[in-house]
Amino acid sequence: MGTSRLSKWVLGLITAATLAFLYIPMLVVARLSINKANSVAWPPRGWTLDWWREAWRSDGPREALLNSVKVALAATLIALVLGTLGAFAMQRFHFFGRNAVSFLMVLPIALPGIVTGIALQNTFSRRIDVGLFDFSVGFGFHSLVVAHATFCVVVAYNNVIARLRRSSPNLLEASADLGAHGTQTFRLVTFPLVRSALVAGGILAFALSFDEIVVTTFTAGAGFQTLPQWILANFSRPRFIPIVNVLATFVMIVSIPLAWVAQRLSDGGSS
Amino acid sequence: MFKVVLRTVLIAGGVTALCFAIALPTSFFIAKIAPRWMRRGLIVSILLPLWAGYLVKGYAWRAMLSPAGNSFAAAGSGSGGFLVSVFGWTPGYGRTGVILALTYLWLPYMVLPIYAGLERLPASLLDAAGDLGARPLRTFRSVIMPLLLPSIAAGSIFTFSLSLGDYIVPQLVTDGKQRVMFGTFINSTLGAPNQPLAAAYTLWPLLIIIAYLVAMKRLGAFESI
Repeated sequence: MGTSRLSKWVLGLITAATLAFLYIPMLVVARLSINKANSVAWPPRGWTLDWWREAWRSDGPREALLNSVKVALAATLIALVLGTLGAFAMQRFHFFGRNAVSFLMVLPIALPGIVTGIALQNTFSRRIDVGLFDFSVGFGFHSLVVAHATFCVVVAYNNVIARLRRSSPNLLEASADLGAHGTQTFRLVTFPLVRSALVAGGILAFALSFDEIVVTTFTAGAGFQTLPQWILANFSRPRFIPIVNVLATFVMIVSIPLAWVAQRLSDGGSS
Repeated sequence: MFKVVLRTVLIAGGVTALCFAIALPTSFFIAKIAPRWMRRGLIVSILLPLWAGYLVKGYAWRAMLSPAGNSFAAAGSGSGGFLVSVFGWTPGYGRTGVILALTYLWLPYMVLPIYAGLERLPASLLDAAGDLGARPLRTFRSVIMPLLLPSIAAGSIFTFSLSLGDYIVPQLVTDGKQRVMFGTFINSTLGAPNQPLAAAYTLWPLLIIIAYLVAMKRLGAFESI
């Protein structure tokens, strides 16, 4: 098409402006986290690492950070196991209700967080009678892990099944022809095939859980606080502005490179 | 309540329109004009902010929007946030701020389907239109737009529904105004003694989303996700 030189330049400039729009707010917060003044006023005054030190020293944020990491790791682990098993089942077998199961697998990521949150809160707080005995799940670390795992499973599942679809089934047959039994084929062929997809899915699941706030507010209970919850509880207190800036910057510094690595890994498998 | 519903729909519609206005030229540039080696990098840099943390990005906009002399955000000093000191203007903490912050949050969801749609569009079609004497604008209107419509509809489902149901970022960028969107309103009634009333309110977003999805399905949105 005869796109003129001028319109190419204009479109290029718009794209540059879009990227600026996407990245400037994050850079602003990062800069404010090393701001001497205790405010979000622009331009900032001077440089200091005091807030970073203070954020690390104060108990609230540090504990919240550790809680978030623990929950995200546990949820990721569950998600990887369940997501991978689900992906293998979907890829290899055709069974009654297969479409419904695959729909149910991805549903949690499409549902609004508040729906999942309220549903899980109801379930966890209820006494569940299983005949011989009854129990209730209650709230705390474990309930949060279960809640986060529901939507983390989706990313693990999606990554693994995409990889399986792209890889040739001949490989498995070739391995069997060469005399490998089931576990050998898994160890030497299947697992190396999906390894980078697992890492990518794991990273994305971790990032998803680390940053989740809606489901978290409904399923954490009173005694347990994650990093996003701490930020939400304190963002409007003037005294905590610098600490919130630091934590926000920290989350970006951790999650953006991780997402980038995940992106590279899930691309890499296609060649 | 009706006013809140109307305002929410207008905000979600505004976010969708703004996302579309930004995403269309951007993804056109990335898919059709940028050199091939840049494409991957450009599209990844549009998508990466999605992972930066929802709350963090909402908070970033709270800092950006802070008006001069605001008691909280610029505590102690007379000057305001980034927008007011660099551009000399800020919409402050209100619905325009909500629209800006939500556009920021959901923009990648609009860029991705439009970009994918443009990638699928064969270059030969555009050449053919040019050969038949169509000017770029005409090609755009008669060839690109009709083929791109399902992708746009798909993107708008994300931007519209995610905006419609959001209730945390609106709290952040309005300094806790409870009636700015129905999500915030319903959330503020959750703790109240009248929970069934809160549940009844949720019928509104449900009906609106169903109507929206049906409309978008007609445009073929579900075939292009």
